[in-house]
Parts: sequence; structure tokens; C-alpha cells
Amino acid sequence: MQLIYDGSFPGLLSTIFTAYEYKLNDALIVRTNQLQSLTLSESMEVYTETAKAERVWKGLKKKIAAQGLELIYRSYLSELPSVENSILEVVRYALQSDQNILEDYGHSHVLTLHQIARKVGREKHRFEAFVRFENIGNNWFYADIAPDFNILPLIAPHFKERYAAQNWMIYDSKRKYGIQYDSVSEQINELTFRFEHAPAGNLSPIVQTDPDEKLYQELWKRYFKSTNIALRKNTKLHLQHVPKRYWRYLTEKKES
Amino acid sequence: MQTPSSERILEKLSILADAAKYDVSCSSSGSKRKNHNKGLGNSTGGGICHTYTEDGRCVSLLKILLTNHCIYDCAYCVSRKSNDIKRAAFTVEEVVELTLNFYKRNYIEGLFLSSGIFKNADTTMERLIAIARKLRTEHRFNGYIHLKSIPGASNALMQEAGLYADRLSVNLELPSETSLQLLAPGKTYEQIKKPMLLVSQTIQAQANEKRLLQRAAKPLFAPAGQSTQMVIGATPETDKDIMYQANALYQNYRMKRVYYSGYIPINPTDTRLPGVGTPAPLIREHRLYQSDWLMRFYGFQVTELLSDSFPQLDSDIDPKLSWALRNLHQFPVDINTADYEAILRIPGIGVQSAQKIISARRFGQLDVYQLKKLGVAFNRARYFLVCRGMGPASLGDLQDRQIKHFILAGYRSKFSNAVSSQLSLF
Repeated sequence: MQLIYDGSFPGLLSTIFTAYEYKLNDALIVRTNQLQSLTLSESMEVYTETAKAERVWKGLKKKIAAQGLELIYRSYLSELPSVENSILEVVRYALQSDQNILEDYGHSHVLTLHQIARKVGREKHRFEAFVRFENIGNNWFYADIAPDFNILPLIAPHFKERYAAQNWMIYDSKRKYGIQYDSVSEQINELTFRFEHAPAGNLSPIVQTDPDEKLYQELWKRYFKSTNIALRKNTKLHLQHVPKRYWRYLTEKKES
Repeated sequence: MQTPSSERILEKLSILADAAKYDVSCSSSGSKRKNHNKGLGNSTGGGICHTYTEDGRCVSLLKILLTNHCIYDCAYCVSRKSNDIKRAAFTVEEVVELTLNFYKRNYIEGLFLSSGIFKNADTTMERLIAIARKLRTEHRFNGYIHLKSIPGASNALMQEAGLYADRLSVNLELPSETSLQLLAPGKTYEQIKKPMLLVSQTIQAQANEKRLLQRAAKPLFAPAGQSTQMVIGATPETDKDIMYQANALYQNYRMKRVYYSGYIPINPTDTRLPGVGTPAPLIREHRLYQSDWLMRFYGFQVTELLSDSFPQLDSDIDPKLSWALRNLHQFPVDINTADYEAILRIPGIGVQSAQKIISARRFGQLDVYQLKKLGVAFNRARYFLVCRGMGPASLGDLQDRQIKHFILAGYRSKFSNAVSSQLSLF
């Protein structure tokens, strides 16, 4: 039986609830936008119900604690095809065991979730590093990103703590949504808007940047060049740390 | 369009970043500073590399010299007095503005400020402190600050520096005092080690006080501790000399890190140093860092890694594998019963895999397939372990040289071109 959900996290939990409710031992969970048009098996669309999602969440919390919930949430944010099925397998294993199954690295689905969550964690860390703000005036700072995984919810607290006194906005141009922090209200809001005409990594057509912005970008590029030791050139290592797909968003790497 | 003043600041930044880049440390970890006053920034403890240069090194901090004017003439240093290069100096205000504006754009974790020594030690140190003070107090900056201690600066200044800085460091420069005397006229180990000792004692006193009072009584002094670095490959010390020196620094001064900086030929006239065109000793530097890691995270004593009968690290294999091959009698280790310390010593198993093995084996005996999936580098590890379904490899029959040969045949080292001369030995 193929269970189709809307791609939201409560939607996924509702689907897990449904799999249990109908004792679907052969359930295969698919998010609606990853649906293949040709499927042989029977399928069913699951509607997101907060109450069901909360029941699953609370039940799991008793078994695998906050650490396990975080593992599942981070794996979900990877948006990788069929990650939902590893999540379902781990949920099944957790609910029928009395041990802390998160430490069973010999179990293939437990290990898979650890490995995926680790990748997501790496992407989170990477974007705490790779976000490049531009000063667009009035103490507003804007950044455009296109991460491999949906890490905005994970990086928001870091930026809130760090840049408490400035207003900022980070826009995920791949997923077409962003987050915005207002230093007066101290709130983070989620934004869904589309910059239809903005080429990725280049903001200038939309907003006027601060007069000093160009100078600081220039200074940063100059610094990046001057701090390099040419005699130690190591392109392979450089690319491993700063893969090319991120270059267009990095002030020091993008073509100007 | 660039104004003359922006041209000038760009030029200064080029000169003073270029002069600072031979200082290896770019660490921004080890300090937790909350953004408690709705000021700018915080330090998270883990450190963040915001980008990497084309030589593959982490860029975490704005690493610059306040000035490259210097009264010293150290042969291995690009800023030495006798070197005919462009000189420049930042004002206090310029460094503060650069730091704040880079930080606000999320380019950096903070500032690493060093300086050539102008006039005298105290004047230089005072100027470095003025910058840190201004950032912390006027601009409520909670990002990371690493200040260089200037040997010869007064104790009072060092104490003040530690109140604003997360980390203080002074470089040992060279791995032996003889070499220092030869290449750095006017510098002595005594002069360099004085601020090291002061910093380590102040940190220790603070820890004791904190334990007694159950809280930190005053602003924290250098919460990320101290580090140092040695230039290697410019002078004749062996790997043993270098690592024993490093070990003493860890023990005596509670260093957080010792850095090894492979000498890059920058002095075309001095015949005491490797000539221009000599490649930087990158493999050697790498092996020294691996040994350093083995000491800090793998429970190895420096005496196990290097000794009078084994004074140089192998360049073709890593020091852990090298140790294992010299100590075959300690293997094979049983993955399913051995303790953590023994598992950690198996070549091909790192800290992460060792911890996972300890956790996972409580659920059942582990086999080869599971070990591979856990991330064990099996090509290396197989000669040194037993697990479910796999008895002792024919280890008893194999000699260390044969094992080494098998392992090297199984992978292409990133250094294989550079070490091919050694490979032809067997």
C-alpha cells in the first residue's frame, strides 16, 4: 500500500499514525511531489491531522527521547527519496523494543537515519558558515541560499542569537521560502514569496544595497586572496570544503 | 567607484593579511560567549570555518597584522627588518570597522590580531589591547578574539589582554633553542615562555577559584586557552625532537593546540635556510599533525610514537599504522570484547567508529558487513581485528612489511607521487 502525504512534518507523522491504524505492514510512504506517475501498487492519500501527529510524537518521545525525535526530524528535512520508509522502520523498531534502539548502529535503518541526519547536520553547519549577508539599508541584511537539504528551520536559532541587534532575511531560492528576523519584535517569521526575476545569487535588480556594501565585498574578496598561500595550492582540498555548487552564493567565489 | 581612501584601505588589507597568513591557527572554537547584551555576535564553542582558501585552509577569523613594521630580523619571517617589502599599519579604528563589518555580513567568527613589534613590546601590546577593548566595550562585540602575546610585554598588559581575548598565543617559533638563537637574533626561549607560563597560571588560578566559589568571580580570562606554533623544516630537528617539544608544551603550559607550520622558502639570500624553490614539507607536516592527534585523542604517549631508535615518522604510512606494524604482538583485537582504548588503536578505526562499535555491540555481535557500514576503513583494519564470522587474519604468518605492502597496494595515497621513492623499497 502506498501512502501519499503532503510533504509536511505533521503530515508524515499522520501517515505513520495511519500505517498503524490500518495495520499496513507493507506501507510505503511517498511525498506528493515525489510521486512517480506510474505506480503498480494500491495507493491512498493521507490528510494531515494535528491531533494524530501529536499522538505519534508523544508516543515516540517516551521511547526514544528528545535525541531520537531530533534524529527523525533532521532525517525528514533531508527530503531524500524514501527517507520516510527508514523513519517508519525505526519507529516500528522503537515502539516494539525496551532498549534505547538509537544506539543499535548494527541495525540498517537506524544506521541509515544516523547517516542521513549527519549529512543534514553537516549542511546546517555549512550554512551557518556560508550565508553571506548584504547590507540593503536601514539595518536590514539579506542573504540568498540554495542548500541541498531544507535547513532553514535548523539554522534560524543560530542567526537569531548571533545577530540579535540587526534585521535579517535568509531566502532559500531552491525551495522558494525564507525567514526574516526583526530586531525590534525579536521574532522570526517565515516568508513565502517569489523573486520571479532575480537571478540566483544576485540581488541588485531588486533592492538597492547600502553605499558601503560594495566596498566591504571588495575588501572581503581582497582578504580572501591575500590570506592564501600560493605555494601550498591544493585545489582538491579546496573543492572538497567549498564545492562548486555553492560558489554563486559566496561573495568571495562568485564572478563579479 | 573607488575613492582614494578606499583604495588605501584595500592596499593595507592586502599587505597586512599577506603578512599574517603564515600564522597557522584559525581556530574559533573552545569559547562560549553568549550574546547577552543584545550586542553583536556570539561564540558557540564549536567554531565555524566560513570559507577555505585555495590552499585548502579554513578561514574562520579576520587574520591580520596591526602593522608589519618590525624591529626584529628573524630570518624565517617575511616581515623581518632587513626584508625590502611594502610596509603598512592600520589605525585602531580601521581594524574595529573591518571586524564589525565583516562580522555583520557573516564572513567571519571574529578577529585574530597579531603585529610586528614597533618601538617596543609594551607599546605594541597596548595597541592590540586597545582594539580588543574597543570591540568588547564600545561595540558590545561578543565574537571571537584571538590576540598575539608580544614577548616582553608587562604582566599587567598580559592580564588585561586576557580579559578581552578568547585566546592568547605566543609562538615558540622554532623547535629548539639552538635554532632560535641561530635564526632569530634577540629572541630567547625564556622570553617566549614567560607569557606562556603567565597565561597558563592565570587560567589555572581562575579554574581553582571557580571551583571554590562555584562560579566565575570575574570576567573570564582567555576562555579558549592558549596555543602556539613552530616552523618545521627550516632547521635540522628530527620529528622526535619536534613532537617531544610539543608534548612538553601540552604538559607544561596546558596548550589547547600546538601548530606545525611547514617552512615556505621566503628568504632568497639567507644560506642558513632552505633555498627558494624548495617545496614546503607538506607530508611531514601532515604526519606531525597525525601524531599530535594520536596524543590528544587516541591515548598514545609520545614515547610510543617516536624514540631514539625511531626518530622520524614514516612518510608513506600514517603514524598509527606504523605503530601497529611495530607492535604486531598487540593484535588482533576482538571487536566484540575488547575495551574502547584497544579498539581505538586499530588502524582504520577512528574515534567515531570506535564509539559506534561500543554502542552497537550491546545489541549483538558485529560482523564484517556491519563494520564496513559503520565506516571502518576495512582495507587497513582487517589485518588487526577479529569479529563475528572472521577469525584472526593470517596475521601470524604475515610479517609487518608484508602487511604494509598489502595495505599500500589497496589504496592510492594522496601523497603517493611524493613518496614513490620509498615505495620502491619493496
